[in-house]
Order: sequence, then structure tokens, then C-alpha cells
Amino acid sequence: MAPSFDTLTEQDFHEEEEEEIDFSDLKEQFEVKLEEGLDTFVVIDGLPVVPEDSRQKLVKFLLRKLNTIGHTSEDAVFMPLNDKGMSEGFAFVEYETPEQALAAVKQLHGVPLDKKHTLAVNKLMDIERYGREGRIEEEYHAPEVEPFKEKEHLRSWMADANARDQFALYRNDKVGVFWNNKSNPPENVVDRAHWTQLFVQWSPKGTFLASVHPQGVQLWGGASFSKQKQFPHPFVQLVEFSPLEGYLTTWSSRPIQVEEGQPILTFEEDGKNIIVWDIESGKPLRSFVSHDLAAGPAAEGEVQPKKKVQWPAFKWSADEKYVARMLQGQSISIYEVPNMNLLGRTSVKVEGVNDFEWSPATVTREGVKQYEQLLCFWTPEIGSNPARVAMMSVPSKEIVRTRNLFNVSDVKLHWQSQGAYVCVKVDRHSKSKKSMATNLEIFRVREKGVPVEVVDSLKDTVINFSWEPNGSRFVLITTGETPTGAAVPPKTAVSFFAPEKKGNTAGNFKLVRTVEKKTSNGIYWSPKGRFVVVATVHSQSNFDLDFWDMDFEGEKNEAEKDLAANLQLMKTVEHYGVTDIEWDPTGRYVVSSASVWTHSMENGWNLHTFSGNTLSENPTEKFKQFLWRPRPPTLLSKEEQKQVRKNLREYSKEFDEEDRYAVDIANTAVVEQRKRVLSEWLAWLRREKEIQAEEREAFGLSEDADSPKLAKDARVGIQQEGDTVVEEIVEEIIEETEEVIG
Amino acid sequence: MRPILLSGHERSLTQIKFNTDGDLLFSTSKDKVVCAWWSANGERLGTYSGHQGAVWTVDVSPNTVLLATGSADNTVRLWNIKTGECVKTWDFPTAVKRVAFSPDGSKLLAVTEKRMGFLGTIAVFDIAYGDGELNNLNVQADEPSLRITCNESKATVAGWSYLGKYIIAGHEDGSVSQYDPKTGDQLENVQAHEFDHQINDLQFSPDRTYFITASKDKSAKLMAASNLAILKTYKDYVILGGGQAAMDVTTTSARQGKFEARFYHKVFEDEIGRVRGHFGPLNTIDVHPAGTAYASGGEDGYVRIHHFDKPYFDFMYEVEREQLRK
Repeated sequence: MAPSFDTLTEQDFHEEEEEEIDFSDLKEQFEVKLEEGLDTFVVIDGLPVVPEDSRQKLVKFLLRKLNTIGHTSEDAVFMPLNDKGMSEGFAFVEYETPEQALAAVKQLHGVPLDKKHTLAVNKLMDIERYGREGRIEEEYHAPEVEPFKEKEHLRSWMADANARDQFALYRNDKVGVFWNNKSNPPENVVDRAHWTQLFVQWSPKGTFLASVHPQGVQLWGGASFSKQKQFPHPFVQLVEFSPLEGYLTTWSSRPIQVEEGQPILTFEEDGKNIIVWDIESGKPLRSFVSHDLAAGPAAEGEVQPKKKVQWPAFKWSADEKYVARMLQGQSISIYEVPNMNLLGRTSVKVEGVNDFEWSPATVTREGVKQYEQLLCFWTPEIGSNPARVAMMSVPSKEIVRTRNLFNVSDVKLHWQSQGAYVCVKVDRHSKSKKSMATNLEIFRVREKGVPVEVVDSLKDTVINFSWEPNGSRFVLITTGETPTGAAVPPKTAVSFFAPEKKGNTAGNFKLVRTVEKKTSNGIYWSPKGRFVVVATVHSQSNFDLDFWDMDFEGEKNEAEKDLAANLQLMKTVEHYGVTDIEWDPTGRYVVSSASVWTHSMENGWNLHTFSGNTLSENPTEKFKQFLWRPRPPTLLSKEEQKQVRKNLREYSKEFDEEDRYAVDIANTAVVEQRKRVLSEWLAWLRREKEIQAEEREAFGLSEDADSPKLAKDARVGIQQEGDTVVEEIVEEIIEETEEVIG
Repeated sequence: MRPILLSGHERSLTQIKFNTDGDLLFSTSKDKVVCAWWSANGERLGTYSGHQGAVWTVDVSPNTVLLATGSADNTVRLWNIKTGECVKTWDFPTAVKRVAFSPDGSKLLAVTEKRMGFLGTIAVFDIAYGDGELNNLNVQADEPSLRITCNESKATVAGWSYLGKYIIAGHEDGSVSQYDPKTGDQLENVQAHEFDHQINDLQFSPDRTYFITASKDKSAKLMAASNLAILKTYKDYVILGGGQAAMDVTTTSARQGKFEARFYHKVFEDEIGRVRGHFGPLNTIDVHPAGTAYASGGEDGYVRIHHFDKPYFDFMYEVEREQLRK
């Protein structure tokens, strides 16, 4: 049984925790808390020793400090005196609430009262607990250093001799990780029942596999997929990694209720939905209440539609130094990581802000000395103010570029993977608000002054848009107006765009080709660019996958000779009920899959090459998820990569040889196997026949005991000859002519 | 391989059967009618009417003289194939789900349903063939010569092994058992298929030393008649005896052609081909005794006869070819 959250009882869960860290002291802390209810008390040490008459003065002085945190009064401060009538240098203070007391401990501890005296603030409970006799040993014992234990290499899969890729497969109750073996059956690494409760997710560089349980998230890694980390967020539903795998955001629709005995969550997390975790330490950095997105306006007399969850709630900058989230219509809050303080102590007020996106990479902009992170956001039209798209530089919070737009119904922001362009897809309505059209406003981020290029040759609305990874081409899908009540989804058109060839920099974006009368709705670029799969997914009636090559090495269309693209459809395949399409991280394979989460017909996954040759079909009952394990970026320098590309032919010879050898071996194995099976079968048959003959003799039956009795006699009655000739007359009209006489 | 479509039934097919020569094909259906067809061209020879309920099963005597049918009207009827008259009727307390002649035609078994307090049974009758001139066919025993009661799980299908030595029965719980047809003792019981996945069909090889079962667990198994050892397993075998449950039918019916007959290599367990065409689940199939054709009967009320083409006969694994050359 897999060591997973759900197979463990609540108790097991804690036991396991205890093996790693001894929480008994913390447990005690929580046990005592409710019993005594002295949470509002703090003890202040380090006060000056004063005689009785100046005690009052000291208390008043002290109160000024104390009241900066919470509410307390003179009566609530108790400063005992000793026999000599002098104060002892400490005082007991009662706050109104435990939270205030907690805050006082956090913020006043170590704060200087004057030049000589520094406050030492502790909870009364802590004094009780740790200060009681016997609790602390008199002699110092050096803590035992645990012997070093070799940990599993978290990137061991990268060392595969054949550079194969791994994938996670979630079907029925089982999650397995497999090696991809091309057309041969995949090789299993691990396969565990009930490994996850909701879904699995790889971290962006493939180091961890996250499993999601009602008790929280677990991360698995290393060659044997051992447990690496646990993040106990009760009833967690969504998980998001930061781009460099440093942090993890978890969300649950249920506000957290911190209960006693919870070793990691503290009262800080109570009532929150979102926790940002530090993966390395396994501790929460900060927790938040989620801001839901406003739903569309409710029709009259109807119940207000449900609010949408904003996810990812927190968006990370490419360098993982900042994380931001939006309060829709009001502001963007940018936090510095890891201290999670607001950048510049305030949120960026942006009236009406609707969406924002970080640049996925740090952009080297022309004419800028310090390359900063870029963030793009947009606001709709408010009153007479136009809609606006703006680009902000962080941390300077300087607005780099803005652009005003009119008649806007919706805007989507699409960054190119290197941050070189951001395409603003603007859905516009006509003045009468009856027809819709889409404009593309492409910001050329790298160029000086960030010029904007407008592509407005599109008649219809764009339903999907996708940049070529690390490239400057894009594919979009448009659709016409849907007649209301139409049963058939409208036809779509797929358009390919490429820049004009113009020296080193990319020229203007031009349409390469439009393919009309499609049903496609999904665009899936190879992670290495050049190849793109355009497919119809989640459809009842169409399930085609078109494999396109943008740099076809063949004859080029004369009309497209100025464009940096040579478009060619390589192959079209069908996969019934396809719901998801995923490229492997190297861009060699594509997997199309039909998940039971969407429908229950013919679930399973098919493996294709980048050019659309189907290598294997794997119908799988209750298939849920197929996920390629991502790879970290290459460690080779640009020069080294170039070298590899140059010598590719040499290398591929070697690999081809290996492939042939592998095929030979496999074929021989199959033939051998078949030979064996066949000879076994024939032997069995012979033996069986012998037994039958023996038995027949033993029973004294004749050779034809199994043949029909009285057959000869009976036959005569039915048929005269042994064979029947069935005559069939077939009439065929060869020609028909009509003649009118007279 | 253009099929011949036989549309003589108004309701779903329950069983089809070639005679020993393969020139005739008999089909039964829920519409109470039994039909006889010429297998070569699909022409209807005639019908046998008289049953009052859905006809579940049919078998032809090895000499093509008598036809036995079992029905939901709780009877087994014996017909004169040539004349179409009913020569004998046996009454049972419950419906009859399967009839089968012994290899020499001297015995007939009938599997009865478990219902209304009656346990499922397998009844065996001695069959007489009159004077050899097709006269006096109605002289038959009134009582079964043997009655096997299935105490545990009811039998759904049954048949005779070589020499009539064993009666092999498939059960509702997915097990297969072996009975002695002389004493009625159960000799062997094997849980061949997944538990509680009913066995829908059971057919013997020509020499009756092994047989194949089809079950609701979507697999078919080849088993030895002598000791019930499982020899081969064929996965996803959805066709034999309508392995697909009615519940799934609605979800897959959106796609025509999902209902298909699949061909497997008997020895290597590989799938070698599929034939589509029915627009309902396939309930029953039978193969021509000479192996030149096969017929399938579907929930859609049609029987399709497929005569194999040359490539089918030419198809051979390299290993087999080698074997043949030796």
C-alpha cells in the first residue's frame, strides 16, 4: 500500500510526523492553552527596579509602549514588590485578547525601553511551561548531531542513458510513473494505489510530484519517489508551484480552522484560504483570504451566480523574487519573497484592474540599464475613460508603456515565452454592441520605447491564441457569430501568423495562411517551437488533431517567400473523445488523452510522434490524467548547443544503430516466444488426442463414436447428393432508355 | 468480405447455429420464431412456430434431422427440420436458457433458469431418431434420464465434451464446472472468470477437447475439457454472447461500429482483426463447421453471415509457416 495521506488514520499521520521531529513540547503548549485560558497574559522582564512610589510612573511609561500593540490599562498591569519595597524588575500584563498578547510578544520582545533597559516579553504560559522546575536541565548537553544520511538525487531521472522521458499516469485509484519507450510498452518506475485523492501535479522543473489529499499536499521525488515534503493544508483543492520550485501556493474553498495538535499551522492561518509555503523548510510563509472574481451581473429575479475562484491567485515573477495578486477592480498587491512584505508597503492602486500577467522571463530591453521584472495589466472602460493596457516595471513600479483602447468587451494578455512580445487580444464590440471583432495589439517589449503593432485584419472573434515558444510566430483560432439556439457548434478558422524577414529583428506580423471550415479549438505548440498541433478537444462530434510544421524543408509558396515560415500540414489523426493534448518536454512526442473526468467513453491515451505518427494506443479504464515530467532547462551553453546541432547527423547515426539493434532484439524475442507457444500448443493437442483415443478404446467405442448416429439413413431423406449446388439468379439493369414515340 | 444481411426477426437475436454440414443456419430470437436459412445466399428456408415466449436457444442434431429449441415459455421443443412440425414438447417449471445435443446426437441437455423457488437444473434426455426414414420421430422419452441441480450458482450455458464424456457448464458467478453425464456428479469447478461476471457463451472446438467461454468480465478463455485448465485468455472480448452490458450500450451507441466482432489468434492470443456492422451489441456468433464463414446475431434483430475472403485463409504467422514447411 502506498504511503499516502488517506490510508493513514489521523493518528498515523502524527506518528509519522513525530518520527522526524519531536512535537511533544508543542503539543503540550496547545493542551495547556485551553485548560488555563491565560492566553491574554504576558510577562515583561528587564524593567528597571524602582521603589514603590515611582512604580506608578513606570507603569504609565510602560503603558504607552504596551498600548501601541493592543489594549490594556493600568489596572491590568501588576508589578509586584519585594520585602524591601522595591519592584523586582518584572511585571504581569493582561491584554484584552490573546491575539494582542501574541502580538505584544512578537513585537515588543527585545525592544529597548531606555538606554539601559531592554524589554523581554514572554507569554505567561511560556514562563509556566518552560520555566517550571525540572523543565530545564541545569547542565548543558550538546545536542546530538544526527549521522549524515544520503538522500536520493532529486534529478536522477535526467541521468537516463537513453535520455527517455518520464510521465505520470493516473487511472482508477492508481498513480504510476513510467518511462516512455516509444512504441514499446512503457516501463514502470512506481505504481501505487491511492497515491492521491484529487489529482497529481509535477513541479515546473520536474523535481517533485505533488499528490493532493484532504489533509494536505505531499511532494514526492528521487529515484524511488520517496516522500520529500508535507504541507498540511486541510481540504486543499488547488496547488500551484512557483516557476523556480522555491514556493508552493495552496488553496481550499474552506477557510482553515486551526485545531490543537496541528504542528505546523498556527493561529495566523486561522480563517484563511490560501497559504504560500516555502518548499525548502516546509513552513508557511504567509496565509491569505482569497479574493474571488466578481461574477457576471445576475439577471433579474435570479440568484446571484457563483463567484469565480481567481486561480492562480498568486502570480510569480520570472525570477521568483516577487509574487503578486489582484483585488479585482481595485489594486495589485506585489509581495517581496521570502519575507512576504508588500513591496513599498502599499498595494498598487489600479482602478478597475481586471487582469494582470507577469513576463515569463526577465526581458533585456533596449535603452534600459537595469533589467527589471515586467508586469502587464488592463482596465476596462469606466465612465468616459478609455480602457487601458499598461506595462509596469517592478520593483521600481514605473509604468513603461500604456495604450488606450475603445469599445472593449474583453482583453486577454498573452506573453511570449521569452517576454519579447506581449499580445493583447482585444475583443471589441461595434457601437451598437451587436457584432464582435478582435484586434491584436502586439507590444514589442525588447525594442526601444516598446512600439505597438496592431493586427486588425481579423473579421471574427478570436477564441484561442498561442505564441510559438521561444519564437515570434503565433497561431489563432477565430469563429463567427453563433446563431442563438444552434445545435451545432460554429465552424472555426485557424490562422497562422509569422513576422516578415527583415535582418536580425523580426518584421511586421503577417498572415501566412488561414484554414477555414475547421472545428478546432485547441492550439498546442511543441515546447521547442516549429511544430504545432491544432486540435478539436472536448467535442461530441469532432476529434481531429492536425500536426503542422512551420519550417517545412521543402518547396516554399511564392506568395509567402518574405515570411519567416513555411507552413505544411504533416498529418491529421483522430482520437475519439480527446480531452487533453500534451507535448513531452523535448518536443519529440505528443500524447492525446480522453479523461474520465470529462466523459466516460473510450478513456485512454495515445502516443504520437511530433509528426503525427501514432506509436501506440492505450485504452485505459477510468483513465484520469497523463502528465509528462517536465525537465529543468539545459545546462549547456549556447555554443555547446550549437555544436550539438552541427554534429547532429553524426550522433543520429549512433542512435539509429541502437534503435535498430533494439528492434532486432525485440523481434527475435517475439518470434522466440511465438515459437515456444506454438510448440506448446501442438504438444498439448497431441497429448489430448492420445488421451481421447485411449479412452475411446477403454470404453470400447468405435472410431466414429462422435459422428452422428443414423447419419447415413437420415441424410438420404434430406439430400440425395453430398454437395448441393445453389443456383442464384442476379438481375442487373445495365441501361434504361425512354423513347417517346409519335 | 461483404456480409449477407438476414432480416427475418423483429426482435433481438438470442442464438444462431450452423448445422454439421454448414449449409443451414438456424436462428432464434425474442420474437418467438425460429428461422432456418441457407447459409450460402441467405435465403430463408422456413420457420418453426409454436413457442409462446422468447426463444432463448437452439441446437441441431448432428445428422440434421432434429432441431431442439428452448424458450421462455418453459418448454423445450423438438422439431422435424425437414417438415417443420413439432415432434415433441417437454415442459419445465422455468424458462430454458440453453439446449445442446451430445456429439453423437443420442442425448440432449437443457439448462433451466432459476426462478420462483426452483433451482437451476441441467436436464438430460435420450433422443431417438425413429426408423431412419424420418418416421416416428415423435417417439421420445417423456422424462429426462438425468437431472443435475445447481445448488450454488445457476448454470447459464452448458455443452458436451468429446465422446459425451463430460457436461461442461458455465455459471452465473463466472465459474465453470464439469459434470459426469452418467451420474450427474460435479467433478470439477473452476473460477475461470472474475467473480460474479456471468458466463454468456460456451462453445467447443471441433474435436471437443477444448472450449471457449465468454463472460461479462470482457474476456474470453480457452479451457481444456478434460481438467478445466485455462489455456488461453483473450482480452476485451466483448462480442461472444453479448458481453457488453445493457447499461454500457446507451453510452456507446453514439458511435456506430463500436459493436464489432474481433478475431484473435487462438494460439498467440493476439487480436488480428475486427468486423463491424451491427448497430447493437452482438448477442451470439457461430462459425461455419468448415471454417469458411461465420455468422453473428445482434441485439438489432439482424443476422449477418460473413464468408471469409482469401486473405483470411492466407494469413499466417511466420512461425506457423515454418511449422507447416516442416
